[in-house]
Amino acid sequence: MTGHVHRDDFGSRLGMWLFLVTEMVLFGGLFIGYSYMRYRYPAEFHHGGGELNATLGIINTLVLLTSSLTVVLAIVAIQRAEKKRAMAFLGTTLALGLTFLVIKGFEWGAKFHHGIYPNSHHLATMPPGEQVFFGLYFTMTGLHGVHVIVGLGLLSVMLWWVATDRVRQDRYVHLENSGLYWHLVDVIWIFLLPLFYLAA
Amino acid sequence: MSEHAEHSAEHAEHPGYGTFIKIWLILVVLTGCLVGVSHLGQTAAVWGLLTLTPLKAGLVFYYFMHLKYEGPLFKVVVLVTLGTLLIFFALLFSDVAFR
Repeated sequence: MTGHVHRDDFGSRLGMWLFLVTEMVLFGGLFIGYSYMRYRYPAEFHHGGGELNATLGIINTLVLLTSSLTVVLAIVAIQRAEKKRAMAFLGTTLALGLTFLVIKGFEWGAKFHHGIYPNSHHLATMPPGEQVFFGLYFTMTGLHGVHVIVGLGLLSVMLWWVATDRVRQDRYVHLENSGLYWHLVDVIWIFLLPLFYLAA
Repeated sequence: MSEHAEHSAEHAEHPGYGTFIKIWLILVVLTGCLVGVSHLGQTAAVWGLLTLTPLKAGLVFYYFMHLKYEGPLFKVVVLVTLGTLLIFFALLFSDVAFR
């Protein structure tokens, strides 16, 4: 009856994975740049890491790990046609993602307050290695933050689609793909934590 | 018919809530270990970074991102990407070593 509607969930997920590997290469390039700079300026990176708030970095790791869990649990709920539960899990994910951004905002705000921000006078007086450290810190956590915002946008649409039954037990590949994006954002943060916050 | 059978076979493989909650617990414990070893000195911190972080990322890829439940094509795509990054990493550091 619905034979004329073209649907290819496998192809859809494969397309998402192909996009995600380009994201991995994007961040991978930055990680390779980081590793060379850390090799070149070990003392400055050690000192720079000491100026970051490790506690906030660890809290944000737990926040993102938990948000990753709630996305995957939302998919389990949809597979079992538990719509309300799926919406509750997605809502929790959105709340956790916002929490991450608020914590990040306080953290960046504290850095700005101390005169450390891209192109600041104070940063220009620091040794070259520390300028590189903070340059990479703002670039990588900033690019990651943009991904968190995009992920929250996608998951908000998913919450709406679950509510309106556009995503349901027999049709949830959009939710899976949005989840994949969110998990990749989590994986990138898994690497950012030890590279910056635990570098001291 | 075959499509229906395929769908139900796929459905039977879906893991439940418990599997993912267990993986989450392991991830939290590994994060604790990573923070712990980072206090044990530079060498321990670097080894923690090189072993525990890829392990955590692997668990997210394999379970949360459902790679475990996908066919070989998806795994190959990811491994080729990681291999490419590793080659670039090796090329850069071989250059650095002989400067």
